[in-house]
Amino acid sequence: MHQAALLGGMVQDAPHYGWALQPVPHDWATMAEAVQNHVKSLNWGHRVQLQDRKVTYFNIKASFVDAHTVCGVSKGGKETLLSAEHIIIATGGRPRYPTHIEGALEYGITSDDLFWLKESPGKTLVVGASYVALECAGFLTGLGLDTTVMIRSIPLRGFDQQMSSLVTEYMASQGTRFLRGCTPSRVQRLPDGQLQVTWEDPSSGKEDTGTFNTVLWAIGRIPETRSLNLEKAGVHTSPTSQKILVDALETTSVPHIYAIGDVAEGRPELTPTAIMAGKLLAQRLCGQSSDVMDYENVPTTVFTPLEYGCVGLSEEEAVARHGEEHVEVYHAYYKPLEFTVAERDASQCYIKMVCLRKPPQLVLGLHFLGPNAGEVTQGFALGIKCGASYAQVMRTVGIHPTCAEEVAKLRISKRSGLDPTVTGC
Amino acid sequence: MSLPPGRRARLSSPGTGRSFSEAREELRRRLMGLIEGNRVMIFSKSYCPHSARVKDLFSSLGVECNILELDQVDDGANVQEVLSEITNQRTVPNIFVNKVHMGGCDRTFQAHQSGLLQKLLQEDSAYEYDLIVIGGGSGGLACAQEAAILGKKVMVLDFVVPTPQGTSWGLGGTCVNVGCVPKKLMHQAALLGQELKDARKFGWEYSHQVKHNWETMIEAIQNHIGSLNWGYRLSLREKAVTYVNSYGEFVEHHKIKATNRKGQETYYTAGKFVLATGQRPRYLGIPGDKEYCITSDDLFSLPYCPGKTLVVGASYVALECGGFLAGIGLDVTIMVRSILLRGFDQEMAEKVGSYMEQHGVKFLRKFVPVMVQHLDKGSPGKLKVVAKSTEGPETIEEIYNTVLLAIGRESCTRKIGLEKIGVKVNEKSGKIPVNDVEQTNVPYVYAVGDILEGKLELTPIAIQAGKLLARRLFAGSLEKCDYVNVPTTVFTPLEYGCCGLSEEKAIEVHRKENLEVYHTFFWPLEWTVAGRDNNTCYAKIICNKFDNDRVIGFHVLGPNAGEITQGFAAAMKCGLTKQQLDDTIGIHPTCGEVFTTLEITKSSGLDITQKGC
Repeated sequence: MHQAALLGGMVQDAPHYGWALQPVPHDWATMAEAVQNHVKSLNWGHRVQLQDRKVTYFNIKASFVDAHTVCGVSKGGKETLLSAEHIIIATGGRPRYPTHIEGALEYGITSDDLFWLKESPGKTLVVGASYVALECAGFLTGLGLDTTVMIRSIPLRGFDQQMSSLVTEYMASQGTRFLRGCTPSRVQRLPDGQLQVTWEDPSSGKEDTGTFNTVLWAIGRIPETRSLNLEKAGVHTSPTSQKILVDALETTSVPHIYAIGDVAEGRPELTPTAIMAGKLLAQRLCGQSSDVMDYENVPTTVFTPLEYGCVGLSEEEAVARHGEEHVEVYHAYYKPLEFTVAERDASQCYIKMVCLRKPPQLVLGLHFLGPNAGEVTQGFALGIKCGASYAQVMRTVGIHPTCAEEVAKLRISKRSGLDPTVTGC
Repeated sequence: MSLPPGRRARLSSPGTGRSFSEAREELRRRLMGLIEGNRVMIFSKSYCPHSARVKDLFSSLGVECNILELDQVDDGANVQEVLSEITNQRTVPNIFVNKVHMGGCDRTFQAHQSGLLQKLLQEDSAYEYDLIVIGGGSGGLACAQEAAILGKKVMVLDFVVPTPQGTSWGLGGTCVNVGCVPKKLMHQAALLGQELKDARKFGWEYSHQVKHNWETMIEAIQNHIGSLNWGYRLSLREKAVTYVNSYGEFVEHHKIKATNRKGQETYYTAGKFVLATGQRPRYLGIPGDKEYCITSDDLFSLPYCPGKTLVVGASYVALECGGFLAGIGLDVTIMVRSILLRGFDQEMAEKVGSYMEQHGVKFLRKFVPVMVQHLDKGSPGKLKVVAKSTEGPETIEEIYNTVLLAIGRESCTRKIGLEKIGVKVNEKSGKIPVNDVEQTNVPYVYAVGDILEGKLELTPIAIQAGKLLARRLFAGSLEKCDYVNVPTTVFTPLEYGCCGLSEEKAIEVHRKENLEVYHTFFWPLEWTVAGRDNNTCYAKIICNKFDNDRVIGFHVLGPNAGEITQGFAAAMKCGLTKQQLDDTIGIHPTCGEVFTTLEITKSSGLDITQKGC
């Protein structure tokens, strides 16, 4: 859906590049059908792969009976008892609903519903500041919908905050509305079917209302652990997060029960880490290898309208760990070549590399805001894995003309106070 | 043997208790100090007969020189090593005249005979400029600006000789005016055409047929280029670099004649020169080529749509131009004499070509044009092309609106008076041989960019080389330009990015049995919904089994290949191994993540076609 929104931007760019095109509307149903068909084909592909590899697949809801036994209940209510030597919990998480807001559950939806909507959500209020909230609000705006994001405190908690504010600044410039420092208090359905949302602005103490077609909760996710009867197996969870406590080998408090992915405490909630952790765990269980999953320097990308890719430490984290006097930050505002002809504003296209100050200036973190951030970040993540220093990155010759080459040309340090705007070629 | 009237230089021994590299750095600074502080500096050994001859020569010229006898100082061996780093010459005597590295005994005597030595002995202030750069392209401008930042008096000469069709352009060289910049923008225009088709599948509704307007695109691109030209002029002015829009050629040592558009001649002198004249497209040498054909020098500012086009050549320029012309809806044929993308990995080159073929570009292989005839005037006109098979007597004829030649480029080195000062040029290629500090055989003349023999023809490398050269010449830096593992990307309809060795080259250097090649097809997520082919994009790495499975070749064919390749190139600079690739977590969903999950080796022969996620 992000791609659909990007294509909308390209449709707007196209006339600048000589394509004779009038403004075009977007049809949600066509997109949703195409996306859903692809997802269904993936579902099918997973089932076929399991079959190919002779994995028995049960479409049942499981819970523990004892430390070696699981009971599964099918849709029809039929129970199956299964026992195994090793058990791996990978139940993931589901979006959270607010508990004390009137009408939240009745009238709101979550990302679990959004991607399966057959009709356009229309004017939408997105509540939350997680990457899910910003990504959804970003593409909804990009598809031409009137979209508002309500944020209680800061956007993208845990990410570099300078980058986060550039992300939301760009979104605002593209038409996403932001209601900051506000919390919703109730959702009501009006006679015409629209939803009226009431919210509070604690700083002013004022109450305000607005009407929307859709209210999307994106305030976080909760691990799927409550219906597992973990206590029957003796598996411990965190009292605050409800996530399963694990050690470096993904083992829970019960030696033959393991947990991987979003359900495990302290793990990044990312698909590729879950896949790799799962693979490595299987290899260890089969005695094939003793490799342990390395959760350091995991790269990731937030697919907001202007994409944000990062790996390693945020500037705040680097300063907290090493002290400001030991950290050097190189940065640049750059303009992607394709933006020039399309007359796009590049005020938020920004890169920063967080390094140790002492030569050879080991790279601690890389943050890239711009088109194709995911593709740009992947290779540099490897560089950081290889222990890249600032000097080594500077010795890498650029690929001209790309956005990624700007990373290899970062010359201005924040400390110098010089203007970090890239001029010329 | 009589002693020359030289002062004896002394080097105090470096302080103890410091790291090796610090001591080394300090020694280097002292040597640079000696070189820069003395009109003539001779590094010698007291018993060396060649050194003695050189000392006698300067003595007979009545020139005072400073001499450091390496056998009479404590750290002579270290001095010799640092000198070899600075000059690439290990032997003594090692002579500097007015900061220019002269060489050894033989070269000093040669220079004496040719008159060069006497020139060099003149005070630097005898020259109007510290540095004159001939050619205002990426490399030349980078070098000139860096030298100016270092406080030197610098001139840049830039002159665009119009093409046979009369096209010319502003400051900035090939990349900005008739290379990377306009081609990437036209490539983008073509990509947008494809995206517009995809957009319908993603729910964007339009029923009318979308046509492309050439003039709109050219105007937008030329406006951008105009702003870049202006930016360069401004930047030269800010740094107090003198810019002269004239054609430069050497008339004698240290002296150049500059001829402007009106034919007015002016002479300038400088202590050092940098050649950065670059290259221009080659013509075929057949009837009608210069009269009726265009090259990439004309295409990017062509005032009318080229229509049905024949592209001649198989270079990356040919494939890129053919690709974007087809992408904006033109009927395009590419005529190829032998192989595609010579010098690049041939498996990748063939895949680049076959994707283009599936997307409407026609290829005529093993044919060369023999004649181009003018049938009709117009914008565009009509041309008849006669071509002949390279394998037999067969000839074919076809009518096109435009014929674009992209058969290679020629170095602009033959008409700049290099013979007057004795700069060696490779007779066949026109390229200039240089040592690893970009110095020609004439000590005060250096060269950067596309005209260098055996180096790479890429903008970023020219910029890097130019910058580092200025720092070595004027700031005592030792850093040399590193031409190894330079990444690049071909912006064909499906982009091809690479870094390091091609599979062929890797086999030649390391032997096949020492290599492991990992590869796979991949299907970009954006292509799934758009219904594009799932076994087209391709990733390949070549590892050296006997060096820890180090990655020595990286190849990717897919969307955004340039953006993907850049970071991997940085990782290769840090000695990337297959294990590190495997240990790195992918960014999902991207194309780049495919490199973190490469499992299938080519030698296994296993199926690499894609089915699932």
